[in-house]
Amino acid sequence: MEDTLFKILDYGVYGTAVLVILIGLYGALVKRSLLKIVIGLSIIDSGINLLLVAIGYLKGGTAPIFSPGYLDNPKIMVDPIPQALVLTAIVIGFGVTAVALALVIRLYRHHGTLHIDEIRNLKW
Amino acid sequence: MKKFVVILLLAVMGYYISITFFDIGFGDSHLVEGVVPVKDAYLNETVNSLNVANTVTSIVVNFRGFDTLGEVTVLFLAVTALGGILYKKRHQAGERSVLFSASKVVTSGSKLLFPAIVLLGAYVFIHGHLSPGGGFQGGVIIATGFLLMLLAYENFTVGHNTLSVIESLAGITFAGVGIWGLIYGGSFLENFLPVGTLNDLFSGGVIPIIYIAVGFKVAAELTGVIYTVLHEKG
Repeated sequence: MEDTLFKILDYGVYGTAVLVILIGLYGALVKRSLLKIVIGLSIIDSGINLLLVAIGYLKGGTAPIFSPGYLDNPKIMVDPIPQALVLTAIVIGFGVTAVALALVIRLYRHHGTLHIDEIRNLKW
Repeated sequence: MKKFVVILLLAVMGYYISITFFDIGFGDSHLVEGVVPVKDAYLNETVNSLNVANTVTSIVVNFRGFDTLGEVTVLFLAVTALGGILYKKRHQAGERSVLFSASKVVTSGSKLLFPAIVLLGAYVFIHGHLSPGGGFQGGVIIATGFLLMLLAYENFTVGHNTLSVIESLAGITFAGVGIWGLIYGGSFLENFLPVGTLNDLFSGGVIPIIYIAVGFKVAAELTGVIYTVLHEKG
């Protein structure tokens, strides 16, 4: 019984991350407002970060910090490498979102709308 | 119709990503017989020769320090691009893009909270090698304090020159420590200070210095982003 529960939980963590990525992709592909597309891109970012951190998890593991009381056994610590990589990815994601939003502000200033069907210059 | 196609496409994609990850397994140790995992090497090196408590910090600043320098540069580039895209002629007065003024609660509350937020941010990046947190997180916390002040007070300004001086000094500190390590130890960001004892505030050699520099840099950059976007109205 407990094993089945753990199995569901395991699938749940990866499943949630994949679901978040798919929701973001859906938003970026289907929505017609530029702001919603940027939000979709940043949701994809969160989903991928969640997935990467989840790979590094170890069952019953502790945080990879050698605080007093947790010094003796590095074997049960979770993998710190995905966490460090995700720290980088979050910062890059922030940069991408900031520049994308600046471009959206610029487009709005020029066209007076955020609806991509009405911004004719994008079509050719 | 288009939505249906997109959903079908995403379902196929989701199925294949999911089965790949379900095969990896959640929380299993991915050990190969007879091979020492990279994780263990990092953990042992961190606690034995660097005397840093937080392994994530030691990876970000020491083992992958050059990568972090590039990351900080990307952040700097994003801020520069933001300024370039939203460029206007020299600031005309009274052009905040927030049109309403803040209520009494926000103005008096933010005055009380601002020093506490900055203090928390400084705490997070000074203790980055001992506890969860670090330069990036602390910098973001400080920038939220400035966001609060900018939202609450219409005439609160941050000098662009001050920001760029702080940012440049922090960047020079990072690169300078790295080059000093190159001269002294033979590789970029090599440790040249005594490592101290584990879980002391003064431990870990150059790691706290670099993370403090990163904290100042991120705080200045993010405050610059907030200020640029908030005073954008044309």
